[in-house]
Amino acid sequence: MSHLSTTAKRAGWRFASSLPALFGVLVFTFLLMRVLPGDPAVFFASGPSAGKEEIEMIRKQMGLDKPVPEQLLRYLGDIGSGNLGRSLTTGQPVLADLKSRLPASLELTFTALLIALLTAIPLGVAAALRQGSGIDHLVRFICALGVCVPTFVSGLLLIYAFYYLLGIAPDPTGRVDIFTSPPPLVTGFLLIDFAVAGDWEGWGAAASQLVLPAFTMALFVVAPLARITRAAMLASLGSDFVRTARSLGLPPAKVVVTYALRNALLPVLTIAGIVFSTMLGANVLVEKVFSWPGVASYALDALLASDYAPVQGFVLLMASIFVVVNLTVDVLYGIADPRVSVE
Amino acid sequence: MTMAEGEPLLAIEDLHVTFSTRRGLVEAVRGVSFSVAAGETLGVVGESGSGKSVTAFAVTRLLDASGRISGGRIRFGGEDITKASSKQLQRLHGAAISMIFQNPRGALNPIRTVGQQIADAIMAHEPISAGEGRARALDLLKAVLIRDPDKRLDAYPHELSGGMCQRVMIAMAIACAPKLLIADEPTTGLDVTTQKTVMDLLARITAERGMAMILITHDLGLASRYCQRVCVMEQGQVVEEAQPLSLFSAPQHAYTRRLVAASPTATSTIADLAPDAGDGASRHCERSEAIQGTSSEPVWIASSAAPPRNDEERRAKPMPGTPLLLEVQNLVKRYDRGVVAVNDVSFSIKAGESLGLVGESGCGKSTISRLVCRLIDASEGEILFDGQAIGTLPARDFHRSPLRKDIQIVFQDPTDSLNPRFNAFDCIAHPLRRLLSMKDGAALTARVSECAERAGLPSELLERFPHQLSGGQKARVGIARAIACRPRLLILDEPTAALDVSVQAVILQLLDRLRREDDLALLFVSHDLNVVRMMCERTVVMQNGAIVEQGESLALFAAPQTDYARTLLEAVLHLGGPTAR
Repeated sequence: MSHLSTTAKRAGWRFASSLPALFGVLVFTFLLMRVLPGDPAVFFASGPSAGKEEIEMIRKQMGLDKPVPEQLLRYLGDIGSGNLGRSLTTGQPVLADLKSRLPASLELTFTALLIALLTAIPLGVAAALRQGSGIDHLVRFICALGVCVPTFVSGLLLIYAFYYLLGIAPDPTGRVDIFTSPPPLVTGFLLIDFAVAGDWEGWGAAASQLVLPAFTMALFVVAPLARITRAAMLASLGSDFVRTARSLGLPPAKVVVTYALRNALLPVLTIAGIVFSTMLGANVLVEKVFSWPGVASYALDALLASDYAPVQGFVLLMASIFVVVNLTVDVLYGIADPRVSVE
Repeated sequence: MTMAEGEPLLAIEDLHVTFSTRRGLVEAVRGVSFSVAAGETLGVVGESGSGKSVTAFAVTRLLDASGRISGGRIRFGGEDITKASSKQLQRLHGAAISMIFQNPRGALNPIRTVGQQIADAIMAHEPISAGEGRARALDLLKAVLIRDPDKRLDAYPHELSGGMCQRVMIAMAIACAPKLLIADEPTTGLDVTTQKTVMDLLARITAERGMAMILITHDLGLASRYCQRVCVMEQGQVVEEAQPLSLFSAPQHAYTRRLVAASPTATSTIADLAPDAGDGASRHCERSEAIQGTSSEPVWIASSAAPPRNDEERRAKPMPGTPLLLEVQNLVKRYDRGVVAVNDVSFSIKAGESLGLVGESGCGKSTISRLVCRLIDASEGEILFDGQAIGTLPARDFHRSPLRKDIQIVFQDPTDSLNPRFNAFDCIAHPLRRLLSMKDGAALTARVSECAERAGLPSELLERFPHQLSGGQKARVGIARAIACRPRLLILDEPTAALDVSVQAVILQLLDRLRREDDLALLFVSHDLNVVRMMCERTVVMQNGAIVEQGESLALFAAPQTDYARTLLEAVLHLGGPTAR
């Protein structure tokens, strides 16, 4: 029990200490957006013929005529009251846009991470158990391939092979095909919502849409996960406690899984947290290739349109997710490794 | 098992073990033969690199992937197990032969409770439920005399002391009642009192359960006390085998003789440690050290050629009225969460005097050495050096003090205390450059060569990097570096703990000579009481951060006044002492 309470205490402390960083991110993005070239007021005026007055009016409406510190204060006040501003491109509140799009990104990223872990850990373990063998070299080759092919290339290749040539994958556009009616909104995660509604046909449709983009993303992160698994596995297989387990005649499977692998997973957990955060932000290419209605493509569109509010909202969202992910990893680590609670 | 009448439990015949390394094949064990009868305890002693551990790992077939048995036979219970399959071996491991390792904490899985690990060991050979496994684990913890066994069952290894971890390891090793227990340096790194209790426990358990034991150790005292027969190994071969009493009172082989001589005993003096030094044996003594071969005739021989044998005469006692060099008053070091590492400690060292600081691990002796060396700041108390208060200057800034060069330290680990990117020359020159602002040139080179020579480091080794030097040579670099600035106080924090006895003997002689030549004061921190008795005029005994007893070494060791000092002294094993069984 005390173990859990120290873990909770540490997690709370870690959360509190990340708040200043979040605030810093807020200020930084605000300033960054103000110094970027391009005047949103001009962009959103009715057309090239818009007069000076009209632009001036839009500017006033957006508060751009006020001094920067005052703009910042107003911005912070808005965020405090949960108002992230309104997107000028979609006309919706940014909060609502992010809320509707975040589940799509999260579902894709979670699935990709799951696929990556399920592939990378066995590969890494196999490579470590047969160090220097053909398997080891094969794993190294796969990892190199995964890293050096950009996601948009591998995504297009997968579409070409499985949609165009083989025809097994569905049309790579969006989360469900147009013939499937979306499930009643519960979590926003289609796989969960379909399952809740008991619509297994729809579940299958959503899952088949998810497979290609998820694999595309997974391919990219298999390499770091497999390499760290291999390295950690080699270290724990060579450790004294694995030798002890062998000297006591424990079955090989128990030695490898309970003694070596469980210890080796600790560094993998840390890397998985980092990989997850990176994936969430960097999956804009995959979202674009597969027309996936996620937050990253939303932010990119907004950025290209000099639409401040969504970009700021996105960056803030990513920073918060990073904090949450780190916190989760921290808690999991504390549970998995009893030594952490002792400083 | 078909075991003929009178056949030994384990018989090793002409065993060869070869390792494939980058420099080609290395034969670590070269034709070793010995046998162990059921219920017998056999000691295998030797220094690092003698092949004693490799022999043990060959018997249990737990060698690294690069090592393999290249010849000979291992018979266990009448069966040839030299070529046993991994399936057969898995049945033997734990149930018939089990091992206990050095570094007990590392030998246990850090993220599994000790109860689970003991249950794992039982369930590997017996089909029992998890609940039964837990019950049996509890019984075993009681058998190894752990305090509060119920609580320890759910403890993780990091929550236990080293001694307790070793008890858990013993519990696992005896869980399935094996016939043979191989203990590989089971008490190295444990305190003397813990060493005694762990060894007594092992002796009792093996006697009660009729188990045979192979005790592998570098400590002749340990082997002589607990073994019925002892094999001495050198460079992959058994050079002598006998009963401990005759072996240590009348060693036959030259190597055994040297080993026996180098082992500190209750009465030996520094000069006794390598009595035949100078007549050619010294080169032999350094053989395992010198990578390059015979080039390095140690320098120390010259000055210790005719050492005074009389104990009183040898101890260069400071004259009465010698001023105090170091005075420590009411020193306290507190860490966070109320841990008090050093609690109200006062002592003093006169110029040229040597003070020993002994105690078990965690008693605060290393903390004191760092406090006095001004590497960390004290919470309370005064440190006076040559009459000046040096405790007030923050440790961070002490390197700027002119007294920095007067207080130097030699660390315990000769490897980790050298910068791996500096060669021996730069290591020794570093304090000269930093503290004396010496520029590169003839003067610096001469000074470094002089220090190296005084520390017995051949000048051709100065170009080498730490990883190219042996343990003893690295210790010499550390000493040369410490004396480079001609300090007045040298702090030695377990300077020989990581070294073999024969190397330790040479290093101790070197330190003793340097001290007398330079009128150097020593603060000698050690857990080895015999070494402290030989090296120091006065001794301070510490327990739980406080001084328990202090006084003249000879008097203190002859008649300790406190119970704790007595316990410590009784735990020291002496060659030729009574055997446990």
